[in-house]
This record gives sequence, C-alpha cells and structure tokens, in this order.
Amino acid sequence: MAEKSTKKEKTPRQPMPEQAPEARRRNFEEVPLGYSAETAMTEAQRCLQCKNPACVKGCPVSVDIRSFVGLVAEGKFSDAIHKIWEKNSLPAVCGRVCPQEIQCEGECVLGKKGEPLAIGNLERFVADYERTQGSGELPPKAEPTGKKVAVVGSGPSGLTVAGDLLLKGHEVTLFEAFHKTGGVLVYGIPEFRLPKDIVASEIASLEKQGMKIDCDAVVGKTVTLDEIFEDGFDAVYIGVGAGLPRFLDIPGENLINIYSANEYLTRANLMKGYRFPEYDTPIAMGKNVVVLGAGNVAMDSARTAMRLGADSVRIVYRRSRDEMPARAAEIHHAEEEGIEMYLLTNPLRFDGDEKGRVTRMECIQMELGEPDESGRRRPVPIEGAEFTMDCDLVVVAVGAGANPVLTQSDPEIALTRRGYIIADEETGKTTKPGVWAGGDIVTGQATVILAMGAGRSAADSIHKYLTWGW
Amino acid sequence: MFKIVDRKEMADGSIIMNQIEAPRIVAKAKPGQFVILKANETGERVPLTISDLDAEKGTIEVIYMVVGKSTAMFKALDVGDAYQDVIGPLGKPTDIEKLGHVVCVGGGTGIAVLFPITRGFKNAGNQVTSIIGARTKDLLILEDKMKGVSDKLRVCTDDGSYGTKGFVTDALKDVLENSRVDLVVAIGPVPMMKFVSALTREYDVRTLVSLNPIMIDGTGMCGCCRVTVGDETKFACVDGPEFDGHLVDFDGLIQRLRAYEEQEKEAYDNYCATMGNQ
Repeated sequence: MAEKSTKKEKTPRQPMPEQAPEARRRNFEEVPLGYSAETAMTEAQRCLQCKNPACVKGCPVSVDIRSFVGLVAEGKFSDAIHKIWEKNSLPAVCGRVCPQEIQCEGECVLGKKGEPLAIGNLERFVADYERTQGSGELPPKAEPTGKKVAVVGSGPSGLTVAGDLLLKGHEVTLFEAFHKTGGVLVYGIPEFRLPKDIVASEIASLEKQGMKIDCDAVVGKTVTLDEIFEDGFDAVYIGVGAGLPRFLDIPGENLINIYSANEYLTRANLMKGYRFPEYDTPIAMGKNVVVLGAGNVAMDSARTAMRLGADSVRIVYRRSRDEMPARAAEIHHAEEEGIEMYLLTNPLRFDGDEKGRVTRMECIQMELGEPDESGRRRPVPIEGAEFTMDCDLVVVAVGAGANPVLTQSDPEIALTRRGYIIADEETGKTTKPGVWAGGDIVTGQATVILAMGAGRSAADSIHKYLTWGW
Repeated sequence: MFKIVDRKEMADGSIIMNQIEAPRIVAKAKPGQFVILKANETGERVPLTISDLDAEKGTIEVIYMVVGKSTAMFKALDVGDAYQDVIGPLGKPTDIEKLGHVVCVGGGTGIAVLFPITRGFKNAGNQVTSIIGARTKDLLILEDKMKGVSDKLRVCTDDGSYGTKGFVTDALKDVLENSRVDLVVAIGPVPMMKFVSALTREYDVRTLVSLNPIMIDGTGMCGCCRVTVGDETKFACVDGPEFDGHLVDFDGLIQRLRAYEEQEKEAYDNYCATMGNQ
C-alpha cells in the first residue's frame, strides 16, 4: 500500500495543453485545449483515493470527487459524468471557471508535498467528453409533481436551481431580462475562457429535461413577483446577480471610451462587438488601454482588450500583488499575454480631447501602510508622486453592487443596508413567503461556484417546501 | 418574437410608426417609459420611448426617425414581420399630478414621446398648453393627436412653411411672458431641450426633459447611459429617462451620443451599399 502511493506521487501533475501566448493574445479561441483521454487517465491515477477525501469538503457543492476521479482512472468516462451530475449540473462550466486552487485542489493531500491533483482539468475533461462523444443521455428524472417554480435570472445559481428541481420532477421556468440566457456566463466571462457554445449546450440540456425559458422578461418591470404567483407558480428563486457597476467617482469619469467592466464585457461577449460590423453593436478598439482593478473581471477585460488589437494594456491597482483578488492562473495568463501590472497606483482624474474622448489618466503612486478593517495593509498615497498615463480606453473593473430593479419592486423582500437581499444562510429563504434568493444578489460579487452552492441549498429547501409545505 | 400589426410612414418616410404586439408590456407601461428593441440575432439593442398603447389590441406604439443601420433595419420590417426582442417597460414613469398650468414642448420625434405624457397631464386635470415644432412642415408629426390632448396648441417651423416661423423656444418665451406656468415638459433633440431649459431657468419654472443616451441593457447593469445631473452621475435607464432640465449636463450628453459616430457611419454605409446591390 505504502509502495503504491509512493509510485503514484512520482507521476507529475499532467500539464494542461494551452494555445501559445503570442498566438492566443490576438484571438478569441479558448486558451486551454483540454486533456486527451490518455492524459486524463494518467492524471486521475495520481489520486490517492483517500478514505476521508478532503477535496470534497473543499467543494461548495460537495461533488463526490474521489469517486468520479476513480472512474476516470479506469476509463469509465460516462459513469464519471453521472457521478458529477449527482451534485453539479454545470461541470463543463465549473471545470473551467472555479477557483479550484482554493477549493478542492487546495485541500488535496497530494498538494502537501507536491502538486495537487488537477481536479478542475478532470472535471472539464469528463464534461467535454460527454458533450462531444457521450450518449446524449439525460440524468434520470423523478415523476412529475405538478408543482411550478419560477427561477429569476439564468446565471450559474439560477441554472443550478433549475437543474436540481427539474430532476426532482418540478416544472421550471427560467425568467431572463436579457435576450439570451446564461447571465454572467454569457455577458461577462469571455469566449476565450468559457466558450459560449458550451454554456448554450448546458442550457439546451436543461431544456431537453423540460425547462421553459422566458427571455426579455425584466422581473420587477415586465412582470412582478406577485404576478408570477398569480400565474400559478408555487415558488420563486431569485438569482439576478450583482448587476450594478461601481465607478470611482473621480473627475472625468464620464468621458467617452471609459467603460464599466460590465459594459465593456457585455459589448464584447453578449453583443459580439468584436465581430462588428457583422454584429451591429460597436466597441471601442483602444490602442493604449488601462483597466482599473485586479479581480477576475479586470483580467477578463484586459485580455479582451489585448485580443481587440491593443498595443498596450495596463492593469492599474491601488494595492500590491499580494492583495490582487484575481485567481493566480488568470494573472499568470494575463502576464503571459503581455499585460502589464501597475501596482500601488491609484487613479485621480481623467482628461479628454475636444470630442470628449479620454486621452490620459492622472495617478498617484501608493505605498502600504497599516492594516485596514479588511486585514489588508491600507494603501496610502506617497506625497508628490503624481504621474500621468496616456490612454484611449479605460475599463473600470472595481466591482459591482446590488441592482435595485427587482428588489425595489417588492417591499416584502427585506434588504441589507447595501441593497442585497436578506436570505437565510442555510436555506436561501427570503422574508417573502415562497421566495428564495442566492448568489451575488445575496452575498455581493463572488464566484460562479459559490452562486451554484447557494442554488443547490435553495433547491433542497424549495423541494422540501413543495413536498411538505415548509 | 414581437409582431408588427400596424405601420405608418411619416415625413416622407424618414419617420416610421410601428404598432407592436407586446401584451405584457402594455399591461405595465406608463407615460414616459421606454422599451428596448432588437431586430434580429445580430442586431443592436435600441431604446425607444413608448408613444402610445392600445390595451384592447395589446399593442405598444413606437415612432422613430431613420438615422442609421439599426433604424433602417427597423424600417425594412413590414406589417406581419416581427422584432426578435422587445423589452420593457423600462425607466421611471413620468410623475404626473395636478399642478395647474403645464406647458408641453416637443420637437421632431420627441413629439411622439411627449404625446402620452401630455395626455396624462391633461387627464390629471391640468390646463395644458402644447408647443410643437419641426424644421419644416413635412417633418411635423402628430399635430392632430397633440391637439386632442391640449387646451391650446402652438405649431412652429424653423422655415415658416407651417404655423409660426421660428423655434419652439420663441413660442415658449411668449407663453412664459404672458401666463403663470407651473411645469414645462420638453422633449426633442438634445440642443432643443438644452435651449428650453436655459430659457425656463430665467423664469424659474421647473422643467422636465426626457433623455435618450446610448444604452445596452436598459436595467442599470452597464452604465453606458450615464449622464451628469447636478453634481451626480445618473443612469438614464433606471434613474430616468426624465430629469430636471436645469441640472442636466447637455453638452456631455451630446458628446456621449456621438461616441460611435464613425462606426455608425461605417455600418450604415455598408448597409445602404448592400441594399443598393439587391
């Protein structure tokens, strides 16, 4: 036994083949190319099959990682996808965008001495194998219950709720304000990180299971929650995301070619601005691009700008590298593609030309002071260290707040001081009977998988409510 | 899909009216609110303020001027054709109440937006004076409809081809000089709203304007439609589209409306060339 595990540890973590940085920085095709079946099996065989798998505890939706990896190791890919489906209806998405390094892989025992098992890459492989070479078989479904659930918002948490409740035999209708489903997976995360046909195929699979889709429906405007109940729905799940962009509130911020990250990414991804004029929505093609902020959305914006032909793309962040909220892999990918980091730099104002287009940004150099309430060392300006940067496109990626369109339309939904929905931590129940909420509209801006975790718990609670009435 | 059930060309085909089946929107829409329309899969999302409703037929009406590729594509849609997407009603409704004497000033296709608001103020028991204008007689729209909801209607054309020669501001100045006015509602081209607001500021008369910046989602998600109002940045889609005309930075709005003028020209030229070849 001891000998066997020593041997396993000697096989190195299988690297993910990727498009070369110099090629991919100018195209929108996906960066990682995916494992072959052989590589996947080699990687899966590194798994120690721990009796008490720590990786599962690190997963917000508790995927039975040990079992599915074991099946991959034996080449039973179809069984592996069924194992994942028990807990996760969007594996092709999660395999790509989850921060595995701080979740499942962060807990992996192999990681204590060497490199952790590549769980994300394996999940992605299994989902892609099923999509491209699988039987097209759907997960088994319970008998119809005759209950109807409305899911408001078609992002990751809404899709999870929909997927779970369909399997339990409930009727599900997805309400989406945009003309296309997928939420942040479609408008926010770029093609090169999450191809849109993968999202479409995950949603198509839910449709095959009976899910109905109602696009162009702005709940709170087109229909109210009360009208949804009047239409015969028994429960409502709200997963509308944190769709209110934050700006810096500094002079010149309304100049042309200063975008919120939401606008920039929506133009590029949802509206396909990068294919203008074939698609009608234009997007500014900046040569000297500045992206403010250092989270995943900032990296997505910077890498999009590079693909749209920028000569230089600079990430400007007021704290230091250690505080950058983006995943290490995203920062690494961005730097490989030639994106520069201007750390400890805070923007002060923007100037423009006679047409009102941004031409430069004034900044100030910062240094780290005492820790602030978040525990991070507070950046403080260095006196006299102002300087300017020329730029013709600025993307403000400093986070998003709670969008009030739905929440203000129904006074029965209690909100926090900052406008997020108050929902029970375990069940997702809101203060309005029959209404659950989860994802960014409850927690503030977070990750896809946390939104899915909230969806999972809410779906369990909704199922109990529909079955037993509580 | 959202079917066009009636369609009319006005002003020599430069202005188009569509009645579109959208029962859910009809049930909710109030004066001052807008919809976003998208013609097809590759189309832009275009915001247009609702100009009228027919509750029985379940239709909304929009009136737009053909100015670029998207509106040219809208124009190409016939009765029986459909918009792929119509989203709404969006924005805040006009705050309609009984105030006394309300003057409604409209220019160009802004008259279409002004009509339901004028009717609202009239029905709320106000005395309503309306002033509508256009560059020339052929471009003037909705005179009869406006007459039907106004106690008095004044018509102006820049070239004097119809009504009084001059700008709507000339007629408005006359009304402000000679009567007590409790509210002015001005809707039309941005320069017109700017000049009306400058005039009413002199008379200290509260003035509402309806803004039409470029938008994408129309639900407060992208911030594309931000305008400076007083010292604050507002999103026209959710905070508006109506604002206090005395506080709006109209010059900033005019600049932002021109953000994509080169791309818009390229797209329109391509479209016209393609159509010309067919």
